[in-house]
Amino acid sequence: MNFANMNLLTLSMLLPLLGTTALAFTPKTNVLLTKQIALATTILVALVGILMTVKFDFNKTGFQFAESREWIPAFGIKYALGVDGIALVLILMSVLLTPIVVVAGWHESEGGRWSAKTFYSLLLVLETMMIGVFASTDLFLFYVFFEAMLVPVYFLIGGFGTGERAAAAVKFLLYSLFGGLLMLASIIGIFVMATRYGNRTFDITTLAGLHTVLTPMMENVLFLGFFIAFAIKAPLWPLHTWLPDAAKSATPGTSVLLLGVLDKVGTFGMIRYCLTLFPNASKTFTPMIITLAVISILYGAFLAIGAKDIKRLIAYTSISHFGFITMGIFAMTTQGHSGATLYMFNHGFSTAALFLVAGFMISRRKSSTIADFGGLQRVTPIMAWSFFIAGMSSLALPGLSSFVSEFLVLVGTFTRYPVAAVIATFGIVLAALYILIPVQRALHGPTTPGNELLTDLTLREKIAIAPVIAVIVALGFYPSPLLKIINPAAATVISQQGFTDPAPTISEGK
Amino acid sequence: MINFVTPTLDYALLAPILIVLAGALVGVLVEAFAPRNSRAASQLFITLATLVLSLASLIRVRGKSSTAAAMDSVSFDGAGMLLQASILIIAIIAVFLLADQENFTALAAALPGSDEERTSLQQDLKVTEVYPLTLFAVAGMLLFPLATDLITLFVALEMLSLPLYLLAGLSRRRRLMSQEAALKYFLLGAFASAFFLMGVAYLYGYSASTTFAGIHAAVIGGAGNDIYLLLGIAFISVGLLFKVGAVPFHAWSPDVYQGAPTAVTAFMAAATKVAAFGAMLRIFYVSFAEALWQWRPALIAIALVTMVFGSLVAIAQRDVKRMLAYSSIAHAGFLLSGVIALNKSGLDASIFYLFAYGVATVGAFGVVTLVRDSAGEVTDLNRWSGLGKRSPWVATAFSGFLLAFAGIPLTSGFIGKFSIFSAAYESGSTAILITGVLSSAIAAFFYIRVIVLMFFKDPVEDGTSVVIPSIYTQITIIVSAVVTFALGIYPTPLINFIQSTASFLR
Repeated sequence: MNFANMNLLTLSMLLPLLGTTALAFTPKTNVLLTKQIALATTILVALVGILMTVKFDFNKTGFQFAESREWIPAFGIKYALGVDGIALVLILMSVLLTPIVVVAGWHESEGGRWSAKTFYSLLLVLETMMIGVFASTDLFLFYVFFEAMLVPVYFLIGGFGTGERAAAAVKFLLYSLFGGLLMLASIIGIFVMATRYGNRTFDITTLAGLHTVLTPMMENVLFLGFFIAFAIKAPLWPLHTWLPDAAKSATPGTSVLLLGVLDKVGTFGMIRYCLTLFPNASKTFTPMIITLAVISILYGAFLAIGAKDIKRLIAYTSISHFGFITMGIFAMTTQGHSGATLYMFNHGFSTAALFLVAGFMISRRKSSTIADFGGLQRVTPIMAWSFFIAGMSSLALPGLSSFVSEFLVLVGTFTRYPVAAVIATFGIVLAALYILIPVQRALHGPTTPGNELLTDLTLREKIAIAPVIAVIVALGFYPSPLLKIINPAAATVISQQGFTDPAPTISEGK
Repeated sequence: MINFVTPTLDYALLAPILIVLAGALVGVLVEAFAPRNSRAASQLFITLATLVLSLASLIRVRGKSSTAAAMDSVSFDGAGMLLQASILIIAIIAVFLLADQENFTALAAALPGSDEERTSLQQDLKVTEVYPLTLFAVAGMLLFPLATDLITLFVALEMLSLPLYLLAGLSRRRRLMSQEAALKYFLLGAFASAFFLMGVAYLYGYSASTTFAGIHAAVIGGAGNDIYLLLGIAFISVGLLFKVGAVPFHAWSPDVYQGAPTAVTAFMAAATKVAAFGAMLRIFYVSFAEALWQWRPALIAIALVTMVFGSLVAIAQRDVKRMLAYSSIAHAGFLLSGVIALNKSGLDASIFYLFAYGVATVGAFGVVTLVRDSAGEVTDLNRWSGLGKRSPWVATAFSGFLLAFAGIPLTSGFIGKFSIFSAAYESGSTAILITGVLSSAIAAFFYIRVIVLMFFKDPVEDGTSVVIPSIYTQITIIVSAVVTFALGIYPTPLINFIQSTASFLR
């Protein structure tokens, strides 16, 4: 196989599959070799991802690294890949997080029902699908990845999680399948409409013009099929109830991928599919969606304040954050979109930091109840500091990466929906509460009995958490490289479908 | 003076059917004359050779078409060829399951619990009659989707049904249940046949013809009495819907699926569906297409009820074979969408779906034959828990088939579902599309529950175990699994072939 001339996207999807094949021939007893193969593969993929970012030309609009082959020509289905700025950023995030998850969760595979081999095979297959879902430029291909990636996640939660893992896995799968099938109905609708109007294709650039021939009723119905699926994925109130259970039961590493990457497919899908394919319906439903987003922001925050379990807490904060992202997307302004995309990237890393440190804490204390911790600052200073920084990033402290994106989202929303933006700002206040309360309870104060002998982070754990914190801090001070990649794509989405940014004078009021 | 016209038969086109019939007769002779202990091996060989030969002769005449393969009563065309090929391939895969004689009673004639039964078991007798019976059923199935005359259609219907009634009663364990199932199948089948005949009579009264072409001409001409047409369509549909197991004519299927020997269930569930839907597609596409306003609303209603009912009732099942039976009812509903679509894409999609579903079904029942305790197969789902721990590969294979039934991408079931629902929607039926995806969501629930049971529950220590599959069963399961995933990942060759080939001659 000629790797040199290979499309980088295809290469990055092929590598994990090769890794899985290698794992298949690894003896079951040699757990260390299994892990090494998995780690080497994911690092290799991450390097390909970085290479793509370097080679990405941010002056060009449209899809780069594009590749298109016939897959099922009878239905006009192609194996078509390509990335714009938004997709690239999300792929980069995914491939960077995966090796970190492998390092941080070095022992995660050992408490499961099955062997480490199974764990890493599932993980690598999942990585292929994560890249594929962001890289597809064919709607059908996207759907295939969207649905198929449920299977490895399902087994990762159900097979390697803790507590009520089987129930959580099933809940996750059923919610997602239900949404997915609604989306399938919409996809079939699009397919039939596209055929009827003479263009039997799933190519999303072509399909973007389809809305001109759809009746408003039709467009609305098709939009809802997609939107509900995405709103389940990137959990929006009231479709969020699967998330806390899944996050609590999954291993920390799986949770990172679940909340950090998989749920982003929902918000990514809203931009790529809801807005692009159905601009008019998007406008129609915007007030409702902004309302749901604001409710999610506040509701997630309130639940997080009340959470007693540290993993549930992080899940609830994510619901709040996804509210921000959704709001930024449906504000239909360039700033809102850039902010939302950057937010997705940052949320990936700050949630990763939180989950990983929480994972370290839980593995030491054998408990995930916040009240069981206390005074960690004294006993395990490095772990405590890591948690603190992760928490500060989660509440969007200026100087850390999330601040930039949250600010952009709020500004972008304010220019069009000032009321929503103002209410959402309370989410920031609540964020301070839901982060500072556990920080105070778990890190500060007297050391809770039973915690005196906890050990601080090992070298491996430091290696895992350091790059995450580095990214959080670096992007906090200097987000512009990423914004340079994102902005043109965000502007394209906005302008392509006839949205315009409100002029500043109007938004200031008359 | 009566002019007797010698019937002209196109032997090349009929060869696939004739070969299977000849093979079945050879099988009967073997039963009569070959020594007992050599029968099993030779029967298996004869059956496989016959099926392969038949498939080869079918491939030889691919691309040919004729409305007069046997006067006006059999048409050979692209769609017919594809359906026959599907039936033969499914039969070949399923025959390997028959080779495992643990499935069958030692002496069918012995009363359950009698001394005769005990001695026959001690002597290790084998019911090798299953092979010729299967071949007779296959011959009927091959003829069924090709028949273009209601009389021939009826003969084919009986030809495929009678051996199946017998086969259903041959289970080795729980023989009373098996015989009850056979009787039930037979009685209800007889009712359905009666309805079918009544429909034939009405259609003859309507069109003065029993050929599909004659009925078609009468429908276009519009000269006949529409009441008779309507009654004819309705009664014939009852007969066909019974065979495919659509609600409200489904009552036999859970009992028969459960009672019949699993190897027979596999063959019956998969191949009968292909044959019956094949015939249904032909008669509706060829004869009744222009009368669609009269039958389509009713058929849509039946399809909707079938999908929803099958999926809902399957949730409550505690027995794996019954669950698969209700799942097959739900799939019959999905397949009816292809008949309702009444367009080229509906035909293509139906043929793909039938093949994909048939292969996955054979594989799934193949797995069921492996899970046993000392008293035979264990079909109680609760006792399947923890199967993934005991025999990961068997559980993985079964999960694969379940995912295909659920229509998860990268399995053949997804492509099938996508294409058949698109075809139905293309023809304007939004209700089918919405109900279809929603019942798929319900159905996903019980498929996943089985996966949970196998992988996420701990094994119960009650002697349930997975036997080491014989080489034959292994072939069945592996081939089915490979086909199921291959058609999910790269279905293009098959889809293109179907698209360029499938058509009904009028």
